[in-house]
Amino acid sequence: MSNLVELSIAKAINAGLRKSMQDSDRVLVFGEDVARLGGVFRVTEGLLDEFGDQRIFNSPIAESGIIGTAIGLAMRGFRPVAEIQFDGFIYPAFDQIVSQLAKLTNRSAGHLQMPVVIRVPYGGGIGAVEHHSESPEAYFAHTAGLRVISPSNPNDAYWMIQQAINSNDPVLFFEPKRRYWQKGQVNLDGAAMPMHQAVTLRQGTDLTMVAYGPMVVTALEAAEIAQSEGISIEVIDIRSLSPIDFGHIVESVKKTGRMIVTHEAGTFVSISSEIAAKISELCFYFLEAPVIRVGGFDVPYPAAKLEELYLPDADRLMEAVDRVMAY
Amino acid sequence: MAETSQIPRPLRIVLTRKRFMVRFCQHSSKLVVVTSQSAEIPMVQLLNHEGEFAPTKEHQVYEDIIRGLRQEDFLKFYRDMARIRRFDNEATALQRQGQLGLWVPAIGQEAAQIGSGHAVGPNDHIFPSYREHGVAITHGVDLIQMIKMFRGVNHGGWNPHETKFHLYAIVLGTHTLHATGYAMGLRFDGKVGTGIPDNDLAVITYFGDGATAEGDISEAFLFAANHKTPQVFFCQNNQWAISSPVESQLPVPIYRRGEGFGIPGIRVDGNDVLACYAVTKKLMDDARAGLGPALIEAFTYRIGAHTTSDDPSKYRDSEEVEYWKRRDPLTRFETFLRKQGIGQDFFDEVEEAGNKLATEVREATFAMPEPELDAMFDYVYSDPHPVIEEQKAWLKGYEESLGGHTSSDQGDTPNYGGTR
Repeated sequence: MSNLVELSIAKAINAGLRKSMQDSDRVLVFGEDVARLGGVFRVTEGLLDEFGDQRIFNSPIAESGIIGTAIGLAMRGFRPVAEIQFDGFIYPAFDQIVSQLAKLTNRSAGHLQMPVVIRVPYGGGIGAVEHHSESPEAYFAHTAGLRVISPSNPNDAYWMIQQAINSNDPVLFFEPKRRYWQKGQVNLDGAAMPMHQAVTLRQGTDLTMVAYGPMVVTALEAAEIAQSEGISIEVIDIRSLSPIDFGHIVESVKKTGRMIVTHEAGTFVSISSEIAAKISELCFYFLEAPVIRVGGFDVPYPAAKLEELYLPDADRLMEAVDRVMAY
Repeated sequence: MAETSQIPRPLRIVLTRKRFMVRFCQHSSKLVVVTSQSAEIPMVQLLNHEGEFAPTKEHQVYEDIIRGLRQEDFLKFYRDMARIRRFDNEATALQRQGQLGLWVPAIGQEAAQIGSGHAVGPNDHIFPSYREHGVAITHGVDLIQMIKMFRGVNHGGWNPHETKFHLYAIVLGTHTLHATGYAMGLRFDGKVGTGIPDNDLAVITYFGDGATAEGDISEAFLFAANHKTPQVFFCQNNQWAISSPVESQLPVPIYRRGEGFGIPGIRVDGNDVLACYAVTKKLMDDARAGLGPALIEAFTYRIGAHTTSDDPSKYRDSEEVEYWKRRDPLTRFETFLRKQGIGQDFFDEVEEAGNKLATEVREATFAMPEPELDAMFDYVYSDPHPVIEEQKAWLKGYEESLGGHTSSDQGDTPNYGGTR
């Protein structure tokens, strides 16, 4: 069965939200400017007209309040989907996310479930001012009690937002904002892959390249360049940053013996740190070279004129490919 | 209150401690100094300090609520106040004996807690901070749950869906947002202002004077006002945020904190159980009827320490404490009851019940099973999670390799695999 439509990532999330809101009247959508405006990226456009202001409404510009009230609504049996307008605005809600939302199920010995989704447009590459281009995913992946996922394409965006809403645990849903307008096929009738499962997007034999969110496109681009140089790269989109589908990565690395992990965030104590550590533990005898990480630098996200230098691109990935292949 | 002239020296010390926040304002055509502590501020008091029921005319609405109560309600109030006082003392003793890691006494705040707690309907939801043991017993929460938490067996663990009394919130003010979200949900669910019996519900959230400094409380006021939530914010102003006196942090009295958000506030004598009951009852009824959120400041005093780890003698005058001990909410209500003709038998019976409770709490504490060693892995997530399952299995294997004990209920001696 397939019912294919071409959608951008932004439109696919919109379609997924609409589907979830149709499926259950307990699903609420709120955040800054999400209602009439449809959010600054128009991800929630049209939902107000369809569902009314009791299902989707604007919140005051108070991120802690947005997440704190989402928790109370979840206690009342709702399934709130809260939008944080930009990555760099999530920190006022940090306590509500890591000390309340993440821990209430544990604190209540399982009596409270926290089916809250936090949508966060993240990452750089859009020429924005400060605080609009960050990649804070590691903070949340580090916190027990949270699940963290990030789609890289429209089909995943459509399905993963619905899976996040159906999860009985809190889910941080990181949306690759510079890829919002990237189009692709969405199978509206397809069977969704499990939310935390990684996927191999390109088969290869020489090297495994692991990416997620906005860097998946870049990794595929690098694999294409490498192909022309006679290097066969296997590209894995991990899709889920907590938990991580290590089994899938291990299978690939056992075959290729080499691995690069990439993301936009600085590499120090990052998602790639965790993957590199775990893979060196699980694949020690299969590795021909150390795991190399390619990320942003460990600096505050730079001013827009410098972001091209900050963000890893296909050339930076190829530089790493050369190093890994030299072993 | 017209009691300025009677204020003894210790409270004058408090009143002159207006280092930062003195405000001059025009009031009744004369200039008065108003600090957040000022005894000039009117508050609802129904029982005077001599234990006489003496409401003023302007408090007719509250007087009527009290006149609607039966004697057995009064006796219940006293029983609960005495019960929680006895419990508090026992828990403090258990902490001193090393049975609890910490205790947070509510001594002095019994009237505020028992009065307001009984004014909350059986299906209304209560979002406490961490000192609301008194409120807990008004809603049938097993006090052993609190002992368990402060003994370090778990982080709470009671079922808020069942008790309607939510988990203790240790990061100050965070739960006021949960309360507001819950109250927003009541509105979305059509549980407000219908007038249908047993349909309409409200939420009450408790916090202290210190917590009002937290941004979350201001955000809770804002969301509550925006959604006109069925909600009462109940602040117990016990006048000390650990070592910081309330007026050093608050430029205006707490009951006026909601004004900028459009939330009306009222100060009530927090050591007057009847006033606390009546004001809370009225505002919870109003909230259920759809009149929106309100703020209550219960003006009381923390007679005990902030916690058993605190030493209040380092920052406050013993005369000040003595002054408030003479205004003990239990003594005032006992005097009232005796004037109502309640005999010694009742008070003897209450004391006996308190001793029995203390014994039960003590025995339950000693008999309390330790948590299973792998309990930390339970309920981290609601749905299965591979990391948790893997680490739980690893710990189990590790413990078995050391001799097979799977519960921490083995005393303090580690078992390194020898015979036991």
